[in-house]
Amino acid sequence: MFDNPALIKAIFGRLTIESLPLHEPIVVGTFAVVALGGVALLGAVTYFRLWSYLWREWFTTVDHKRIGIMYMILGIVMLLRGFADAVMMRLQQAIAFNGSEGYLNAHHYDQIFTAHGVIMIFFVAMPLVTGLMNYVVPLQIGARDVSFPFLNNFSFWMTVGGAVLVMMSLFIGEFARTGWLAYPPLSNLGYSPDVGVDYYIWALQVAGVGTTLSGINLICTIVKLRAPGMTMMKMPVFTWTSLCTNILIVASFPVLTVVLALLALDRYVGTNFFTNDFGGNPMMYVNLIWIWGHPEVYILVLPAFGIFSEVTSTFSGKRLFGYTSMVYATVVITILSYLVWLHHFFTMGSGASVNSFFGITTMIISIPTGAKMFNWLFTMYRGRIRYELPMMWTIAFMLTFVIGGMTGVLLAVPPADFVLHNSLFLVAHFHNVIIGGVLFGLFAGIGYWFPKAFGFRLDPFWGKLSFWFWVSGFYLAFMPLYVLGLMGVTRRLRVFDDPSLQIWFVIAGIGAFLILLGIMSMLVQFAVSILRREELRDVTGDPWNARTLEWATSSPPPDYNFAFTPVVYDNDAWWDMKRRGYSRPLTGFKPIHMPSNTGTGVILAGLSTAMAFGLIWYIWWLAALSFVALLAVAIGHTFNYHRDYDIPADDVVRVEDARTRLLAAGARS
Amino acid sequence: MTVAVVPSQDSEPIFHVIDEHAHPEGASTMLGFWVYLMSDCLIFAILFATFGVLSGNYAAGPAPRDLFDLPLVALNTSMLLLSSITYGFAMLTMERSRIGATQAWLAITGLFGLAFIGIELSEFAHMIHEGATPQRSAFLSSFFTLVGTHGLHVTFGLVWLVTLMVQVWRYGLIEANRRRLMCLSMFWHFLDVVWIGVFTFVYLLGMLR
Repeated sequence: MFDNPALIKAIFGRLTIESLPLHEPIVVGTFAVVALGGVALLGAVTYFRLWSYLWREWFTTVDHKRIGIMYMILGIVMLLRGFADAVMMRLQQAIAFNGSEGYLNAHHYDQIFTAHGVIMIFFVAMPLVTGLMNYVVPLQIGARDVSFPFLNNFSFWMTVGGAVLVMMSLFIGEFARTGWLAYPPLSNLGYSPDVGVDYYIWALQVAGVGTTLSGINLICTIVKLRAPGMTMMKMPVFTWTSLCTNILIVASFPVLTVVLALLALDRYVGTNFFTNDFGGNPMMYVNLIWIWGHPEVYILVLPAFGIFSEVTSTFSGKRLFGYTSMVYATVVITILSYLVWLHHFFTMGSGASVNSFFGITTMIISIPTGAKMFNWLFTMYRGRIRYELPMMWTIAFMLTFVIGGMTGVLLAVPPADFVLHNSLFLVAHFHNVIIGGVLFGLFAGIGYWFPKAFGFRLDPFWGKLSFWFWVSGFYLAFMPLYVLGLMGVTRRLRVFDDPSLQIWFVIAGIGAFLILLGIMSMLVQFAVSILRREELRDVTGDPWNARTLEWATSSPPPDYNFAFTPVVYDNDAWWDMKRRGYSRPLTGFKPIHMPSNTGTGVILAGLSTAMAFGLIWYIWWLAALSFVALLAVAIGHTFNYHRDYDIPADDVVRVEDARTRLLAAGARS
Repeated sequence: MTVAVVPSQDSEPIFHVIDEHAHPEGASTMLGFWVYLMSDCLIFAILFATFGVLSGNYAAGPAPRDLFDLPLVALNTSMLLLSSITYGFAMLTMERSRIGATQAWLAITGLFGLAFIGIELSEFAHMIHEGATPQRSAFLSSFFTLVGTHGLHVTFGLVWLVTLMVQVWRYGLIEANRRRLMCLSMFWHFLDVVWIGVFTFVYLLGMLR
């Protein structure tokens, strides 16, 4: 039966033995390492009989805290992949001079820079941001969970599904060679006939469903589940920035969904949306994808701004300066982020008036951002500043982000952009704001909330090592790119003719190496902290003497977060409680109503991923079967009307008594 | 933990809810569904914008005047509008807890929806038969995608409607089912509103071009 090519095509679509990149020694080596690591991991889980524990307590959980932690793990794992791509590019560009072709062929190199961008934005920054919001927001507003706990679990697994597809493309077939936004006509079937762009489309569609749903979920949570007394203008700033970020998600990800669906129609059905003939218009793709893409930048950076606000006021021991202006600045940025998209392609040729409009709106964004910067500075002014790690990241952010902001305003000037467009200056600019803004913010947030999530602090020595490697590595890696960009070097080049440029690429490569040390120090920091957890233990639940509600409960918080829903009188609710001599209630506990775990989210996301795989490889039976199963499982799930349970009052008493004893022991020692 | 305890001037504040009731189940559902509908609305907005940009790009192929059969579209529109009215009746009878009447109105709604899909499919088949395929021109690509996405939504609405009828039949008009019927009601009327846009901007304005 295997002689029949039509039958084989019906079963396997366009998947053949040749689809496996066996001719690429680098990929084969990577695969060997990943396979060995994977087998070791799965073996260990099986050996220690952890499968049922993981399934019951983690995979099927609807607890926002556990889902948040899983998002963070996903983000950190994908960071390693995305960074491996970065190191490969730096190495290639540092050696491909004087007639050398480097060590990566064009086919592979183009996949690497595409995968690097896609992974870093969608599967590193987004999961880390979503994870922190998921963990922190319900605690900050005094809620017991999010509005739709099952949906939360489903969203997470859809994000995982997208990540799995991207990782799969490394070993089965290939990834897109188009750059991270897959502009047509290059991404059309005529110029990218292989599976790369299809992997790109379906990975982002699967993950995008998760992102949109989690956006809806967190909006509802913040609007509906705030503790009594917490009016909108008493919400912590991180909650405010999360609200704005999720509004941006819901108001921009549908645009991405549509534009990728239209690209998919062009590729699968042969429609003419973005083709060069039959009336198609490729520039419409560029417009649409940036209508999503620019808000996406603020989706990432607004929560980081929120983290810096919390960290600055906590470690300065002061109320945040200019709370109201901070909120208004956030909202203004939210709105303005929709009015600037065209600055990504001033060279389209839309004319002086249009370019001026978008140049000016872009420059206006620096006003609310600058206001935030001054608010942080004035919060620190005359504060009793403690230079703990989160505060160090915040200072590094303030210095670095201002440079990135200024080069951004420079790029917002259309005539300057005509010169710098698509150059390494641009690459340096957006890494400057994304690393200096988003990533430093996430690191500050991880250091700040880690003790809340696990009950012990992170080891400061390895943290400081990581900090200095990261910050110095960042400057060494990206300042040379500004210089190169001003000299006219364009992005995404694989080999160079001019030997005088090499020194700058070598410096950038050294910077990337320092960042590598920074990432490794961070991993060591996690390991060392877990080993030394008894020394780093915090029993109070409030290790930083902080100000907002998440610090009012134990670390890690109980399943139900708060035995009694808190009542809020002040912006800094927990600070207010401490100031006015709050004492924890010790009696009168009642049963607490909580949602039950469910495996449906994992199953639905698994089926979606299978369907995407079928569509990528033209395995139509698999796609159809998965779709039908998806529908059946989703409908079946709606027939389950009993999705929650009560934690008995006795259990609450037991947990709260344990905390009382711990607090007493902590006070004695 | 070092907490400076400052004696408060005002009377002892209460920092937690004493007499607590669990949030009623589904308290956020209406808001959540509304936000979802707005995100869906954005999907249609982008498809309308795409149609707006591409609707004149016939690529020497057929134009709206050659293709659209306005009386048929009017009939189709009336099917969808009538289905919205009958869904409204279903909700009114649900309020009075009359299961039989609710189910009947839901069934009628479903039939009108089915008629709508049927007429739309026959219109599509006719166009494709005439050579006006989605591949023919950017105008036709955007036409089929916009109208087809709406049709796909109606189809999913029908699947949902049948599911809900089964659930009402099995479990009665319990609180959860009322909430679900309310969500589908919002979805159904939303699709009606979108169709008004399609009818106006695609068909009527198309005939005027």
